[in-house]
Amino acid sequence: MNDVLAAVLEAIAVLCYVALNAFVLIWLERKIAGHIQRRVGPLRVGGPGGALQSLADGIKLFSKEDFRPGGRDSLVWWLAPLVSMTPAVMVFIAIPFGQHLIVHDMNIGLIFIASISSFGLLGVFMAGWGSNNKYSLLGAMRAGAQLFSYEIPAILSTIGVVLAAGSLSLETIVAKQSAHWFLFPQILGFIVFYIAVLAETNRTPFDLAEAESELVAGYFTEYSGIRWAMFPFAEYGSLFTGCALATTLFLGGWHGPLFLPGWIWFLIKTYILVFIAMWIRWTLPRVRIDQLMDLGWKFLIPLSLVNILGTGAYIALVR
Amino acid sequence: MATTTPGLQSQLMTLNLGPQHPSTHGVLRVVVTLDGEEVVEAQPDIGYLHRNFEKIVEAWALPGVIPFSDRNDYLAAIANEVCVCDAIETLGQVELPDRARWLRVLFAELQRIISHELWYGAFGMDLGAFTPFLYGFRDRESGYLLMEKATGARMLYGFNRVGGLRNDVTDAWLKELEAYLDFLDKEAWPEYMKLLIDNEIFVLRTKGTGVLTQEQAIAWGASGPVLRSTGLSWDLRKKRPYLVYDQLDFAVPTGTHGDNYDRAMVRMLEIKESIKIIRQVMKRLPDGPVLGKARASVRLPTADYYARQESPRGEVGVYLVGNGRPNAYRLKWRAPTFSHLQLVPLLCRGVKVADMIANLGSLDVVMGEVDR
Repeated sequence: MNDVLAAVLEAIAVLCYVALNAFVLIWLERKIAGHIQRRVGPLRVGGPGGALQSLADGIKLFSKEDFRPGGRDSLVWWLAPLVSMTPAVMVFIAIPFGQHLIVHDMNIGLIFIASISSFGLLGVFMAGWGSNNKYSLLGAMRAGAQLFSYEIPAILSTIGVVLAAGSLSLETIVAKQSAHWFLFPQILGFIVFYIAVLAETNRTPFDLAEAESELVAGYFTEYSGIRWAMFPFAEYGSLFTGCALATTLFLGGWHGPLFLPGWIWFLIKTYILVFIAMWIRWTLPRVRIDQLMDLGWKFLIPLSLVNILGTGAYIALVR
Repeated sequence: MATTTPGLQSQLMTLNLGPQHPSTHGVLRVVVTLDGEEVVEAQPDIGYLHRNFEKIVEAWALPGVIPFSDRNDYLAAIANEVCVCDAIETLGQVELPDRARWLRVLFAELQRIISHELWYGAFGMDLGAFTPFLYGFRDRESGYLLMEKATGARMLYGFNRVGGLRNDVTDAWLKELEAYLDFLDKEAWPEYMKLLIDNEIFVLRTKGTGVLTQEQAIAWGASGPVLRSTGLSWDLRKKRPYLVYDQLDFAVPTGTHGDNYDRAMVRMLEIKESIKIIRQVMKRLPDGPVLGKARASVRLPTADYYARQESPRGEVGVYLVGNGRPNAYRLKWRAPTFSHLQLVPLLCRGVKVADMIANLGSLDVVMGEVDR
């Protein structure tokens, strides 16, 4: 009984944090986009800098008409936003925000995250297929190719860290970085991982799946209201978890030079990575599908393999 | 054609891109046949903005044609006005004051800058970069403010008259224009280059895509930046000088490969050249009236004349036939992007969807003048 209660409380805590985080990220994105584009972004709703804009948007989305496209595959179309959002939320339970500040420290934490987050692809593909819309289908096909191709370098690039730390548990990996971060010995891995995270969260320059100028809105063209909101919700969730994972694996997690609580260091590092992702999004044009594939298969995967080889050789020879 | 693996069937997909679509630049519909991501066939379908201008103007006394010409290429209205006035003035033998000649050049070049700024933003958007769009629009807006101060309207001016201009410009306005040009030259233009054109992904996306050979360009009646990007230095301002272009010193930027990148570069360099031209005009602007002796109407002789000028998009032409009455017997507009739109099936065969959008954007199509 206690286990069940604990699980429910954990789930509620995670959901609250994910929702709050998505609100903050969406507001941040709009503010950052605004300032990059010489605008001011949200300004009027709720306090300084339009801080409650996302909340107002949320209320608006809840109250919108529940539009359903004709000829849809009802069950698939209905399930898609849920399937896409669930893994984005679930990943949060394996991320160490601070020492002992983790919902579940699993000894296979990294594998758990890698396997759960690849479920997101399923939701995207279901949305594209179920909508009975050609733009959605094209977007889903692109997303399928893209997410599948970038899952591989993302996982391969973390293996160097696993080798260096000798563990798959994220808490242990962070604990091993108390003296020095894995960033510099693993700089190749970090670069590959970060690029793969950008691609997996569908952000410019890799936003092919929703390419506005080509596919209207890609796989979620036919969604509106709160169903639509689940897709950006999932996207911002994965953006955060991607950056949080990069912090955990490469930037020393909760370790920091000053006497601040560990979780503050963790959030600072993560939000800096998130900021860089937003900066990139509002600066660069989009790549083409074949260039995206080339980058993934011909550049990132070999690079991450080189990284594994180098790390392995170093460990075998030096230690 | 559709590739088939034994046991698996694949099908071509027909997609209607537009007339409502974020990237078709107005109400253009392109019927695309797709093999997965690849375009097998792209067929533009026009006519959604047809307003029957050529027939309507036959019923109007000639000065009434000018507002219609504005609405042809609504992004470069002055260029159209100047051309239609040229046709009427030449055929009706109306004297044009010297100052009006110079001012028309000034406005046409300012319009070219504004039009290219919009193209810059829209092309960035076609390639998935949202931010350049707002930078392009920022400067386009200041350009339109200048236009408004001089002519009274932002986009559709009705500013030219048969035999001159509606009103003169003030010295204060010229100073503001000078400041705008300085800003554009020193800050905005380098910023445009840094933000989009020099970007590695932009170069990757545009170099070698949408390639048009010189023979094809000529055969399909391309003009303007689309033709010049193939390496042919054909600019009506140089080849058939009108107004006072023969007294001005400017270069005609050309490309070499005729691809999307060259088309983009030609337009970017044209902004520079237009700044140069306006500076010269401001220095040498003669005094005097801007409108000749006022005349209620112009009677055209029974004759015809084809006026052609270089608009931001290419050769804009007006074929005017008179029959002794105060209105035109027939007026035919030649729209450069009408010809360019015919290149779409040629340029888009076998390319990826993303490149098709880029090709469409690099042609800088304005549906107003295509449909008329």
